[in-house]
Amino acid sequence: MRGIISAAGYVPYWRLDRAAIAAFHGGRGRGSRSVASFDEDTTTLAVEAGRLALAASPHPPSTLWFATAAPTYLEKTNATVVHAALRLDPSTLAVDAGGAVRSGIAALRNALHSADPATLVVTSDIRGGLANSPDESAGGDAGAAIVAGSGDAETLVAEYLGGASATREFLDRWRAPGDVRTKQWEERFGETQLVALGQKAWAAALANVGLDAASVDAVLVAGPHGRAVNSFLKKLGRPNAVTLGDTVGNTGTAEAALLLAAYLETAAPGQTVALIGLCDGADVLVFRTTEGVEARRPQRRIVDQIEAGNASLPYAKFLSWRGVMPINPPNRPEPARSSASAAGRSIDWKFGFVGSVDRSTGAVHMPPARVSFVGGAVDEMDPLPMAEATGTIVTFTVDRLAYSPSPPVIFAVVDFDGGGRLPVEVCDVTAEDITVGGRVEMTFRRLNTADGIANYFWKARPIRGAASSAANEEG
Amino acid sequence: MGSHGIRDRVAIIGMGCTPFKEHWDRGTDDLLVDAAGDTFASAGVSKGDIDAYWFGTAQSAMSGVPLAAALKLENKPVSRVENFCATGSEALRQACYAVASGAYDTAMAIGVEKVKDSGFQGLNAFPIPNDGTNRTLTAAAMFSLVLPAYAEKYGVDPDALRRTVARIASKNHANGAHNPRAQFRREMDVDAICAMPSVAGRLSVMDCAGVADGSAAAIVCRAEDSHRYTDKPLYVKALSFVAGNGSGVLDPSYDYTTFRECEAAARDAYAQAGITDPRRELAMAEVHDCFTPTELVLMEDLGFSARGEGWRDVEAGVFDLAGDLPVNPDGGLKSFGHPVRASGLRMLFEAWLQLRGEAPEDRRITTADRGLALTHNLGGYPGEMVSFVGIFGNALG
Repeated sequence: MRGIISAAGYVPYWRLDRAAIAAFHGGRGRGSRSVASFDEDTTTLAVEAGRLALAASPHPPSTLWFATAAPTYLEKTNATVVHAALRLDPSTLAVDAGGAVRSGIAALRNALHSADPATLVVTSDIRGGLANSPDESAGGDAGAAIVAGSGDAETLVAEYLGGASATREFLDRWRAPGDVRTKQWEERFGETQLVALGQKAWAAALANVGLDAASVDAVLVAGPHGRAVNSFLKKLGRPNAVTLGDTVGNTGTAEAALLLAAYLETAAPGQTVALIGLCDGADVLVFRTTEGVEARRPQRRIVDQIEAGNASLPYAKFLSWRGVMPINPPNRPEPARSSASAAGRSIDWKFGFVGSVDRSTGAVHMPPARVSFVGGAVDEMDPLPMAEATGTIVTFTVDRLAYSPSPPVIFAVVDFDGGGRLPVEVCDVTAEDITVGGRVEMTFRRLNTADGIANYFWKARPIRGAASSAANEEG
Repeated sequence: MGSHGIRDRVAIIGMGCTPFKEHWDRGTDDLLVDAAGDTFASAGVSKGDIDAYWFGTAQSAMSGVPLAAALKLENKPVSRVENFCATGSEALRQACYAVASGAYDTAMAIGVEKVKDSGFQGLNAFPIPNDGTNRTLTAAAMFSLVLPAYAEKYGVDPDALRRTVARIASKNHANGAHNPRAQFRREMDVDAICAMPSVAGRLSVMDCAGVADGSAAAIVCRAEDSHRYTDKPLYVKALSFVAGNGSGVLDPSYDYTTFRECEAAARDAYAQAGITDPRRELAMAEVHDCFTPTELVLMEDLGFSARGEGWRDVEAGVFDLAGDLPVNPDGGLKSFGHPVRASGLRMLFEAWLQLRGEAPEDRRITTADRGLALTHNLGGYPGEMVSFVGIFGNALG
């Protein structure tokens, strides 16, 4: 049978308290929204979600779909970066389903309908707009990843029962390439269109799977048109089974997969759940959770990541990160663009964070080397994947002189458990709360951008949430 | 096989050094003409008398042509040299070996850097195409890692240690205040330095070497020929150089309280020169005080202080101008600023003045009768650096 093999969400560390927006512009703000850090983009969010989903999946994917409405590159495929960071096999197809918010749930639908044994669908979005816009306040940043494919009740966490779609051309929300601001037609027009399409697809989906509405245990309705979503939920006569509006915000292209992943984190076996996307049409996917759903929870739950967030982000910093309010950079040369051919030679290191280990001495080399610094053996190394390794901060410093898109640079010497040392930048931390002896893990980030080239590499970040307590128990 | 050195086979017979400062009115050519001209005059020679040139620069010129063009040399070999911030010393080392080999009778080593034309503060490396994964931390931040490591290893109170390294800056500025060639000629007391805001770790701007334009040069010949040019040559006792393999940044056993490359270079230099007790045999040392913690660690790596005792010796004034072993009597990088590929020869210039009794009285060392000076020049970062150690004396044997 077809279904979900694993699902996971990645919610960035930073939160913007909506009261901070209101304090600046006036009005009131409820809850907070998630904020991708200055060194995160939709590709890095996708990588982080993909890492979590793959960790819970017994099958490597043969296809990778990456959907976002805020791609880092046009023309160039962004999914190949995700492919490299996740160290997928070269035979794995990696393609973007980019541009429109609807492409998120559509990529999931296509994966469920394909014959591939396992397809990784990664979706992500960074939601913003002009200062004081509804999207700035209601939006949220996140990645969500789902491995869809074939399996039995043990390998699947949810069986795909079927679904339906409804499409009609009408103008609701739109944004020209390069623009910050998404514009919207008169709200009521989109609402009537979307609700009507939703009802049509809902009825068709129930007919396709042979269920009546009452036997669906939970609904998850996603869509960037908040009013249409609420209106449709009223028609269904029930609330969303998962609500993230007050903690994460509306995550656009990632929202459908994020709601589904969050639902599956706590779902009991045998539950029927409908995932519904309302955006430029309507898409309904109906699932039933299996016995496997309890046994195979993701290692880091969305709820824990929400709990671990830091809402102290000043509104001004949020605006500067988004480029809405550019700030004066340090008077230092900006970084040069990274070399495509040099990066091409070091894919495993730069994107996959794979070092090397000397077979005879065990000396760990980051970056990988041909000659060992212990004993000098030549070409006697094995690749050593380090992306999932954890480590301890030996010493650190705060650099207020170095160029950074968001100074100061916080930098630490990290010794990894099981061997290896790397002096590396630390992210998702402030100069006040980093400590010697602090525990860190690795995360895929965009270091800078030069000549339009996003320079991706890995940074360390403090271990927080579920994995943190596990590490404490070990340590 | 072995490092045998060229003790007493080569002599320095002339030196020159421009003021180190923001030379807004002087280009690279001007600085080269000034430094070379002073050096020719010092040795009583003209450019045609010099058989070969070693030209150290990183950011101001490529190839030997710019020196040949600036000085209008006629059919002379000019080698451009680059070895991080130790380039000036490396140029000297090459010139000395060329003369020692018998290939040339005379050679000049000249270093220059015109750093103030970049439009940015600080030093700026020109980028070599790479995969984008290299560290982009400033040198200040990398060297700032030394302080907490040292404090922890030797049980020194971090606040007290912070004052100790401020004392190093204060000492060097006190020396530099008496040097007309130095860029910064104002004394700074420890409290004022400690009160400044941090820019990297606990280091403030006053813990960092400044940036300046400048040039310095030396002429060398075979020792036996030196008295044709001067009554007071300086003899080359040792020249050592280590290019670190970067293992310090990979090696979990490296603890940021020592610079292995400097320790190794010093060991080699002392063996070449036959020195067993540097603290008492040396009259003075010019060391690479790019940041104040660097000078602290160097006191131990160069064998002037026992491990973990350097901070006590700094506090006791051992390395003050009137101390047991004056360090950076000219004011060091702290006072001069750092035209990166000239600094090594600027250090040697102070040894030249002091050992010949030509340093002005207000910064003259009282230990000159020991007759030996050390220059130490490094480039790079803790764990990944090059290091030069040279020893020079005013007498044979």
